[in-house]
Amino acid sequence: MITEGNIIKIAGPVIIADGMRGTQMHEMVRVGEAKLIGEIIELEGDTATIQVYEETAGIKPGEVVESTGGPLSVELGPGIMGAIYDGIERPLEIIRSESGDFIARGIQVPSIDKEKKWTFKPVVAVGDKVTGGDIIGEVEETSAVVHKIIVPPSVSGTIKSIVNGDYTVVDDIAEVETEDGSIEKIQMLQIWPVRKARPYVEKLDPDIPLVTGQRAQDTFFSVAKGGTAAIPGPFGSGKTVTQQQLAKWADADIVVYIGCGERGNEMTEVLTEFPFLDDPKTGNPIMDRTVLIANTSNMPVAAREACVYTGITIAEYFRDQGYDVALMADSTSRWAEAMREISGRLEEMPGEEGYPAYLASRLAQFYERAGRVHTIGSKPKEASISVVGAVSPPGGDLSEPVTQNTLRITKVFWALDASLADKRHFPSIDWLQSYSLYVDSIQNWWQETVGDDWRANRDEAMVLLQEESELQEIVQLVGPDALPDSQQVTLQTARMLREDFLQQNAFDDVDTYCPPAKQADMLRIILLFNKEAQNAIARGGDIKKLESLPIKDEIARMKYVPTEEFVEKAKDIKAKLVEQIGGV
Amino acid sequence: MNTDIKTREYTTVTEVAGPLMVVEGVEGVAYSEMVDIETPAGEKRSGQVLEVRDDIAVVQVFEGTSDLNTKTTKTRFTGSTAKIGVSREMMGRIFNGTGKPIDGGPEIIPEKELDINGSPMNPTSREYPADFIQTGISTIDGMNTLVRGQKLPIFSGSGLPHNDLAAQIARQAKVVGEDTEFTVIFGAMGITHEEANFFMNEFERTGALEKVTVFMNLADDPAIERILTPKMALTTAEYFAFELGMHVLVILTDLTNYCEALREISAARDEVPGRRGYPGYMYTDLAGIYERAGRIQGKEGSITQMPILVMPQDDITHPIPDLTGYITEGQIVLSRDIFRKGIYPPVDVLPSLSRLMSGGIGEGKTRPDHSGVSDQMYSAYAEGRDLRDLVAVVGEEALTERDQSFLKFADAFENRFVTQTKDEDRTIEETLDLGWDMFRILPRSELKRVKDEFVAEHLKD
Repeated sequence: MITEGNIIKIAGPVIIADGMRGTQMHEMVRVGEAKLIGEIIELEGDTATIQVYEETAGIKPGEVVESTGGPLSVELGPGIMGAIYDGIERPLEIIRSESGDFIARGIQVPSIDKEKKWTFKPVVAVGDKVTGGDIIGEVEETSAVVHKIIVPPSVSGTIKSIVNGDYTVVDDIAEVETEDGSIEKIQMLQIWPVRKARPYVEKLDPDIPLVTGQRAQDTFFSVAKGGTAAIPGPFGSGKTVTQQQLAKWADADIVVYIGCGERGNEMTEVLTEFPFLDDPKTGNPIMDRTVLIANTSNMPVAAREACVYTGITIAEYFRDQGYDVALMADSTSRWAEAMREISGRLEEMPGEEGYPAYLASRLAQFYERAGRVHTIGSKPKEASISVVGAVSPPGGDLSEPVTQNTLRITKVFWALDASLADKRHFPSIDWLQSYSLYVDSIQNWWQETVGDDWRANRDEAMVLLQEESELQEIVQLVGPDALPDSQQVTLQTARMLREDFLQQNAFDDVDTYCPPAKQADMLRIILLFNKEAQNAIARGGDIKKLESLPIKDEIARMKYVPTEEFVEKAKDIKAKLVEQIGGV
Repeated sequence: MNTDIKTREYTTVTEVAGPLMVVEGVEGVAYSEMVDIETPAGEKRSGQVLEVRDDIAVVQVFEGTSDLNTKTTKTRFTGSTAKIGVSREMMGRIFNGTGKPIDGGPEIIPEKELDINGSPMNPTSREYPADFIQTGISTIDGMNTLVRGQKLPIFSGSGLPHNDLAAQIARQAKVVGEDTEFTVIFGAMGITHEEANFFMNEFERTGALEKVTVFMNLADDPAIERILTPKMALTTAEYFAFELGMHVLVILTDLTNYCEALREISAARDEVPGRRGYPGYMYTDLAGIYERAGRIQGKEGSITQMPILVMPQDDITHPIPDLTGYITEGQIVLSRDIFRKGIYPPVDVLPSLSRLMSGGIGEGKTRPDHSGVSDQMYSAYAEGRDLRDLVAVVGEEALTERDQSFLKFADAFENRFVTQTKDEDRTIEETLDLGWDMFRILPRSELKRVKDEFVAEHLKD
């Protein structure tokens, strides 16, 4: 039923309309003559409060508000991959062709191309029984992604008919006879409300790591597939580069990248760079497995509030097809600020620092949509959504509400540090403050993949770094020469860990991605140095000579050795290392 | 905007408070609409609708509300949002903060009327900025490179020479290998007459005046008017850049005054305050200014922004620099400690950053060794600065030879690399060679950030 009301108040992105009885909470509406997209966020008697996803300048009281009968939803189906959307799933490429280089208001464009024909290959036959979540066919959407067409969650029954060939997303591709004898027609296109999580059967333990090829993240603070991670950091600490590195190299099948209230040029960078980067596993362009959502800082604030939901709903849709999805949200602080701005316009009672009281529960709801799950359907598939949320704490102050509420939920904390960034130590992940609660559960995977010494080596390296920070305090007071030789070796090793292992150059062709085996080998070499050097000191070796060994230069440059040459190179370094230290 | 609305005049002002007034009994008033106001004494002012509810409109008055009364003040709703008439003729002219000429010249005959709020640039239309701008200042060119289409603010403190630096950049900025010069648009918000004179004299002295367009809101002009000034300047910039194909450098000073004006309006409206009383929407509002820099695919021109803001108490975590830093593509930070040493320009490179640097440097743009030299200088200077603290405790003799060399490097860096005169225009080659010259102070084995081939090439002896 379509309800029509009239605007009675306008204040920024929030408007109030009366005559709205009969509409629902979170229903999508069209506002004013310009038909701006809005969503009902409060109902009281006849009046509805609406947040508008577009600029409201020029709207007058008395203009009409039309309900659409449904909640804010996204369209899901072939055609989504490789696209770039705004916060409410409008494709920016199409908007550009309709309104030029600047985004005009009230544009209505389809999220998914309804004309384009896709080659649909059925994987079930007439007479097969299907339930919601079952795959009935496949579409090769891009070089990297086979789009699986699934039965909508609410449908189950027997396949009455199914097609094979070229169809658009709105054509009927199958008919299902349900138990009560009625016929459900299935199209490739599905519509799902963004604020409602898509169903799954059960959540699984997070025991497989999301390999990112980033040494600090993988070796020390690993995130599991289906896990959640937070990257808080002040501006200039390299948050965005860190996020982009994950989007490029994480071993997920699908990447959803949400640019929430960030810079326009950053999205452009992603757009110009991703099509030319190849996935290290498949060799296909990364863009072919990426969905971008770009709601830059100067685009309307209410759409910023919606964009994380749009993103996670798309992620869930691909999870339901059986894929491992990685979702990056940069930055959740902008999302929280959008909530604060809308809340302020609603004149709600503010909580901490003006944020609404429901900030914590909204954040929790969002991160809880991550996870490794058994999907619904008669043959449950194992699939996951891993969420990495950047947080931009004002002034780098981690005690602020968004950071604190995020840390209560996420299991991995990559603390970016401004002083490390100032020294151009990138990624500027503070090794003492960061943590991962997944280390125990993913230990087995690592040890099976790179060797049984993985956990022991990782822990040993962490201890060395910890010791270094304690020793540094003494050095600050008395100078390095006052330390006993063995502790000076610890300092040397820790320095190697920092400079030659933790530091990783995202702009170097080789170093930008470091596979797990190479990471493990690099760590072994550094720890071998420590062991041999300590032995040398114990038998009376000269610390000064240790300091100037030529092998240290080779260790410093090992990160730039291409992966295929590295196994040989590692053997060579180890042999030279033992020999040179033996001579001290 | 609908044009069929008849202009409507009311004398039903019911409330005047701070910069706001409330008009009742109005009809068909649109959100954000511009309002012409006539005071009881017959003076003309302008305002903008901030909120409408039924027949009540809240209007912010740009020139201040003194002398307004609730009886005879006339308000006329214009039916249009804030617009500026733009024209090629604006170049070389001086306007006040609301876009009216104040240089005694003729009124501008507009070629186009544009909404001053602009529209967000579609991210898919943007061209990623990658043209190196040589400013002639080593700390910027060498280590925090500016590129065409970037927004790079100067974070300063009161009493620091940010104006000299901005003027020097405006004078020296060029793209190497092209002879197109930058057209400067200068937007002043709440600066003093003295500062304004400095810039005007500077533009005059260098003969740049006919290429500079000035929007001037001075400290004694109404504070609320400042809300419009940057938008006027940027709308003009967009016209120059994307319709006339010019390369525009927009200098905005001082954003702190702009934010103060935002806070004043917010407070007058009894809004729920965010940090330090600034409104919760300040991030969105600032983004609406800064994000108007950039390049567009297939268009000739570009907008490069260099906003100046004075950090209250030199505090970089204050909401104004903080929110700015999250939107802009880096920042140039001036430091009081370095200024006290008598160094000009007192740029502290450690907290400074240019996010678009990597795309604008390297082979074919500057020099292949550029990024390595920059990284090496950063890490060596950072280490040298750390060691200064240590020296204060243990004395220089207690340091190893290696550490002493870093200490020496830090001093040389400040005295030779950072320091330059106010009209010294160094080429990028000079800047990088200066860097290599200083690397001689360090042990060769410590040059880990630069590739061996470059070390071999540049440190031959």
